[in-house]
Amino acid sequence: MENSILKEIRKTIVRMVHKAKVSHVGAAMSVVDILYTLYFDVANINKDNITSPDRDIIILSKGHSSAALYSVLYHRGLISSDDIEKYSIDGGSLPCHIDKEKSPFFEVSSGSLGHGPSLGAGFALAKKMDKKAGRVFVICGDGECNEGSVWEALMFISTHKLDNFVFIVDYNKFQGFGATNDVIEQSNIAERVKSFGFDTLVIDGNNLDELKKALTHKSDKPIAIIADTTKGKGVSFMENKLEWHYKSPNDEQLKIALEEIEEKY
Amino acid sequence: MRKTFINTLIELARNDKDIVLITPDMGFSVLEPFFEEFPERSINCGIAEQNAVALAAGLALAGKKPYVYTIIPFLVERAFEQVRLDVAYMNTNVKLIGIGAGFTYGAAGATHHAIEDISLMRSLPNMTVCCPGDNNEAEQIVRQSVNNNKPMYIRIGRHNRGIFDNNKIEIGKASIIKEGTDIAVISTSNMLPDAAGYCKQLEEEGHNPYFISMHTVKPIDKNIIEKLVNNGVEIHTLEEHSIIGGLGSAVAEVIAESGKGVKFKRIGIPDTFSHYIGSQKFIKKQFGLYFGEEE
Repeated sequence: MENSILKEIRKTIVRMVHKAKVSHVGAAMSVVDILYTLYFDVANINKDNITSPDRDIIILSKGHSSAALYSVLYHRGLISSDDIEKYSIDGGSLPCHIDKEKSPFFEVSSGSLGHGPSLGAGFALAKKMDKKAGRVFVICGDGECNEGSVWEALMFISTHKLDNFVFIVDYNKFQGFGATNDVIEQSNIAERVKSFGFDTLVIDGNNLDELKKALTHKSDKPIAIIADTTKGKGVSFMENKLEWHYKSPNDEQLKIALEEIEEKY
Repeated sequence: MRKTFINTLIELARNDKDIVLITPDMGFSVLEPFFEEFPERSINCGIAEQNAVALAAGLALAGKKPYVYTIIPFLVERAFEQVRLDVAYMNTNVKLIGIGAGFTYGAAGATHHAIEDISLMRSLPNMTVCCPGDNNEAEQIVRQSVNNNKPMYIRIGRHNRGIFDNNKIEIGKASIIKEGTDIAVISTSNMLPDAAGYCKQLEEEGHNPYFISMHTVKPIDKNIIEKLVNNGVEIHTLEEHSIIGGLGSAVAEVIAESGKGVKFKRIGIPDTFSHYIGSQKFIKKQFGLYFGEEE
């Protein structure tokens, strides 16, 4: 898949986590194609409309993958290179988990799992009440779906027919301390979400064409997109390896990672 | 006091289309008038308190003024992390209306008792904590809450013992119901009628007590406490809440940092759950918190 911007976005992510010596890089690399498609192609969000009640809302509920959001926003021109340089350093501008005070483009603070769907439901409901345009996209991890609060929100969203709500699961199949389906079975997550009243699509979540099609899909029901992704996508030694939820690349690993991304994208 | 809350909110909602009422399936025989008058702004989100609070935060971020109403332990404790992050940390304009202060739901048992909420809510940055002691205080606090675009917790109690504070109420400022000389009785929430009885008891013993309602526990009115300390006035605090972390602790912190000392006594629930079976009044009596008329 040729894409020079996406190539640079992935490179920025690995450089950020290398420099700051922090991780969650695997989760950032699985979700980054979703965020890229939203911010570069699908969502109506820009510098001029960021306070408009008609804008689209994007909530990255899996806040630990913040490096992906920061990199996408930077390459989209919505946050600065200085912000990226000051990622997770003493006195810096961008924290490991998202703090909404740091940029108007962070709709919410996140980091504790399972809050995004309810927050998004609030935004979506306010749009309905005031007859405002725009949709609300909430991105959760598959591990995050262990949280009961996610399901509280989904029940509410379908009951209230919030057809302006799009629930996206970054189904990368790994979580904090094991493979997702070994910890809590999620292989039937599409059926489960569908049974909660969502128009549910299952796609390759690292495929831009499939992402665009799904993210522009319209329905009279709330939409759920189960985005089948690869944790650590784009760097072979990070792919499907639990340890890259925690590890930060050393100098040598950074070099290999940047070369691989250069070749693949 | 629940009726005072909802009647006041209805009045406010008539002039403010952004007010939204959310309940996680609580409010039978109380909230119906709001639901009838403003059906599009009334949400029963089901028995899901975490969703209720975060949903409210989302609405607030989109410009609404949500009030979340339910029994205190389920609001404050079940949904504490949503309160901490989605309301306090994000500094959203969410009003948390906790009902059943102290032993209001006495017979329901400890699951429904609210004895740690002031302590928990007081520790959250950005959170204002109001604990009205009668319907006059409750009405004025609810009325003022709508113009305060910050997180706020309002602890609603119950007693049918009348109005004790006729003052004009200002959030963050203690209400002096009666001036005194040697002892100050500082009360919050449900204890207001008992504080009146306690003052009477002190008077019979020859004292001339101040009678003060601390309807706002956070921010605490430091000035009045420091003034009392400077005048060497002994201080007694009364709360239908654990003696750990509530009004007594808040007042003690101010006294301790004043650089001076006065005699001080916390009257509240000792560090224990209630296993008593009975009414609010009965349970209060077991803990020495009832200072009212005997039938």
